[in-house]
Amino acid sequence: MQASLHELAQLILNGVITGTILALTGVGASLVFGIHRVANFAHGEYLTFGAYMGLVFNSGLGQNLAVSALGAVGATALLALAVHLLVLKPLRGRGLVAMSLITVGIGLMLRNVVFMVAGPQIRQYDIDQSAVFDLALVRISPGQAVAIAITVVVAPAMALFLARTPLGKSMRAVADNRDLAAVSGIDVDRIGAYVWMLAGGLAGLGGIMFAAVQGAFDPNLGFEILFLIFTTVVLGGIGSAYGALVAGLVLGLVMELSTWSGLAGGLEARFKPILAFVALIGLLLYRPQGLFGRARVL
Amino acid sequence: MDFLNPAFWTFVAIIAGIYAVFSLGLYVQFSLAGLPNFGHVAFMAVAAYTMAILVVRYAVPMPLAAGAGLVGAILLALVLGIPTVRLRADYLAIATVAGGEIIRYLAMNLPDLTGGPIGSIGLLGPGQIALYNGDWLAFLDRLAGNLSGVVGTRVSRDAAAAILVWLLAGLLVLVLWRCERSPWGRVLKAIREDEDAVTAVGKNVFAFKMQALILGAVLAGVAGLLLALQIGVFSPEDYQPTLTFYAYLIVILGGMNRLLAIPVGAVVFSLLYSGTRLLNFFPLSLIDSGSRAFLRLFLVGFLLVLLMAVRPQGMLGNRRELLLEK
Repeated sequence: MQASLHELAQLILNGVITGTILALTGVGASLVFGIHRVANFAHGEYLTFGAYMGLVFNSGLGQNLAVSALGAVGATALLALAVHLLVLKPLRGRGLVAMSLITVGIGLMLRNVVFMVAGPQIRQYDIDQSAVFDLALVRISPGQAVAIAITVVVAPAMALFLARTPLGKSMRAVADNRDLAAVSGIDVDRIGAYVWMLAGGLAGLGGIMFAAVQGAFDPNLGFEILFLIFTTVVLGGIGSAYGALVAGLVLGLVMELSTWSGLAGGLEARFKPILAFVALIGLLLYRPQGLFGRARVL
Repeated sequence: MDFLNPAFWTFVAIIAGIYAVFSLGLYVQFSLAGLPNFGHVAFMAVAAYTMAILVVRYAVPMPLAAGAGLVGAILLALVLGIPTVRLRADYLAIATVAGGEIIRYLAMNLPDLTGGPIGSIGLLGPGQIALYNGDWLAFLDRLAGNLSGVVGTRVSRDAAAAILVWLLAGLLVLVLWRCERSPWGRVLKAIREDEDAVTAVGKNVFAFKMQALILGAVLAGVAGLLLALQIGVFSPEDYQPTLTFYAYLIVILGGMNRLLAIPVGAVVFSLLYSGTRLLNFFPLSLIDSGSRAFLRLFLVGFLLVLLMAVRPQGMLGNRRELLLEK
């Protein structure tokens, strides 16, 4: 029983970390989907880009992980803005499927640029990978500690930003109803650009967190998590920022806890992504507006 | 010198033909019926795995196993399609790509059934090499022998395969050409343009969409079988979502909404794709061959963006649907 409890605590911790990554990246993807009507298939590559920019700052320039994370966030925000201004904005209005195919193409380009520049080898951040902090119930690696620190700071800040600041409110307003937001005097184009920067920055942060938690990563890092981000977006309701925050945490926890041995032996860890994808398809069928969305948005 | 090696070009021809068949399946689903299936590759995977497992484990004759593979693809189309084809286009795209990923993850994580990450070669368990395409190679050898007799010069096994694959692709184009101009094809196109209007005249939209999905799945299954038989070994990694996007590129490359352009698109794509390995002159020789594989995928992405940028209306043959935000 004791062992099972330890396991449970560890799983909850892992779940919160995975959940935060999904929640933060999901908020960005969801706002982008809501405002720009794009299912951004390149979102995973933004995570990859962030993780590698972190590597540049961390291993290349010898900065610590906090500075590296800031640098990566800035760089990825600029990347997302550049892609928006150079490609997506000029091409907008071509319908959802056409736009999605364009983002597929952008994703392929970005991923393979990273492959060409950084090489396919597995990378690690310059942190002590073997160290373990033993905290009675749970054991955490330095990478996880970094992720927890980011979680504690950024997740509430994000919620506060969306709830309290004029910019955050405007973003939610435009995602909710573009035309109504426009007639109430919000500069929709400007907010659209800011949303891309926010989504890019959060993706960069998520990329660094994901890479630090995993310990080792390669340029496929982001693509592997892309469909989990989509699941988060749909689960939370497309365009709903709070929905994505909650949905990400729920998804992360459910995925980790499904492997708990106290739960009828638990699901094997290798079936976790399958669980999420089945949940995604099930959701699209019975509640496509997400857990918190309203039917009229569709 | 790859450039002058006929075996290399024969191989390119075979792959192009297989991609043509694969893309014809997507043509039926996407260009005719307007279903943005982003998980097309899953039908390929299911057909190939079903066939290989039956041949290797149960010694089922190859033609029978291939038939079972196609049945497997149809079953997947039913399981995936019945819940999802009603969805709006963007949701359908996400749902199908998730469906395709489920198949790939299952193939990766059920080693007892599929051989796991090492793929078909591990179907008999560790230490044994599983081969499933002996009958196919023997068949090709017989075919090549007969052809040699007819033509007068020696026809290689691969050349026979290339001829066979392209005959099949040509036949399929003819059949689909006929289908597209039948009442059935007209209903599909009408569904693509305006689903509600088709419902209003009393057609069962759902049934027509399912038929398109299943026909496309069968074609993808055929392509999956041919690819697996020709290459002789496959693993879950061969069924990445990227393959589906190759098919999209081919459908778009060939002139979007034209059936006859699909074989052309497949040839152009294969030349671009295989051709990049020939780009080993200066300054590209500075890039090592490993990086050139990535360069190739980069170009695929670039072309996808470029073609979508310059010819948006061609893709569905429906300017209104593409240029208005829904």
